[in-house]
Amino acid sequence: MNYNWDWGVLFREPYLDWLISGFLWTISVSLAAWILAFTLGSIVGIARTVDNDWARGIATCYVETFRNIPLLVQMFLWYFVFPELLPYDAGMWVKRELPMPEFTTAVVCLGLYTASRVAEQVRAGIEAIGQGQRNAGLAIGLTPAQVYRYVLLPVSYRIIIPPLTSEFLTIFKNSSVALTIGVLETTAQARQIEEYTFQGFEAFTAATLLYIVVTSVVMLLMKLIEGRVRIPGMISLGAK
Amino acid sequence: MINLKKISKWYGDFQVLDDCSTQVEKGEVVVVCGPSGSGKSTLIKCVNGLEPFQQGEITVDGVSVGGKDTNLSQLRSRIGMVFQNFELFPHISVVDNIKLAQLKVLGRSDDEAHKNAMRLLDRVGLADQADKHPAQLSGGQQQRVAIARALAMDPIAMLFDEPTSALDPEMINEVLDVMVELAKDGMTMMVVTHEMGFARRVANRVIFMDEGRIEEDCTREEFFNTTRGERAQIFLSKILEH
Repeated sequence: MNYNWDWGVLFREPYLDWLISGFLWTISVSLAAWILAFTLGSIVGIARTVDNDWARGIATCYVETFRNIPLLVQMFLWYFVFPELLPYDAGMWVKRELPMPEFTTAVVCLGLYTASRVAEQVRAGIEAIGQGQRNAGLAIGLTPAQVYRYVLLPVSYRIIIPPLTSEFLTIFKNSSVALTIGVLETTAQARQIEEYTFQGFEAFTAATLLYIVVTSVVMLLMKLIEGRVRIPGMISLGAK
Repeated sequence: MINLKKISKWYGDFQVLDDCSTQVEKGEVVVVCGPSGSGKSTLIKCVNGLEPFQQGEITVDGVSVGGKDTNLSQLRSRIGMVFQNFELFPHISVVDNIKLAQLKVLGRSDDEAHKNAMRLLDRVGLADQADKHPAQLSGGQQQRVAIARALAMDPIAMLFDEPTSALDPEMINEVLDVMVELAKDGMTMMVVTHEMGFARRVANRVIFMDEGRIEEDCTREEFFNTTRGERAQIFLSKILEH
């Protein structure tokens, strides 16, 4: 292979700045989308388990819609199609006035998509607990909402820490899709460095390392949380 | 205290309860027995509304369980229930299990709830286990905590749904002893169990169920001494053999 290696390119201006800026955008998009995904996903996941046909139906529709359309397609739909479907004034507002349009759209899209996946995990966690605990909570006089708050959710979130960790990791990796609508995150910057310098191997190696760094931090963080909330005596919930 | 009038319940086409009527007076201990699948657990879960029923009426202390305007949570907070699989809340300590509903339902102060919880733990002989988590206790200990949790609400009646069926034989007695004490203290109790020794010691009445119907409903003396229906006899001969 006739390739002129030059790792120094990564530390020259403006390329170092590009990488740093891309990395920060990756973090911002992912964290904002995760907050949205976790909140909405929890609500939708809980709604799929409640004793109300309407709530369950709406939540099921949500999950099936958002998890069955490819993320890339959703990104385009939100960015190009969604404003056209709005009433004229609202559409114009989204196109002209929406603050940080690419960033906002990416966060909404990634957040809503990931929410459908979080919702399924929350539902699975609640259903793993079974009717007995629910009955025990109701029998001592807790309202159905209190049963969720004090009995079902504290245990189900502990159960789903491993799959939630995967989901949290995935959102960082999926955030690279945002480059298709113009968010200059890590992958976009790596591509840009390649186009300017033809040092594609170095640029994408740097991007790879940055992704590994952030996902490692997330994994460590989740392990820490898992250990913190471990239930004494319970082996099935991931205790060591 | 507890009144069941012509209760019928179906799961789809399958009828699990067929026209069941009985009552439990204040201070009375009623044992419900019968072969598995006879509907006894379903019946006792109807009493505090954990299982809905399609026909008939149940009242507890004059309040209709199936009534549209009934505040079920409030009614349940006055009826203690103990389950076959204990169902302690695994993520909080033993003492917090007993405090939870006192704090969140009755609105007691933390101090008051704690004192009450410790008094009840002492009563079931587990005061030294207060800060452990449920999974660190044996089955018999967990069931005694579950009884304490129910008693913490100062219930007007207690329902027991096969409280010893999930226990190792050597732990059954420690739970039955607590239940006998309760019965002697005058607690109104409805107990689904196969423990005929318990029935002989403290039951005022025994109900025998089969295929969703109440086949026998008589005093303890009648149940154990006089001739009963064929099914009850077969059932008793099977479980009394050993």
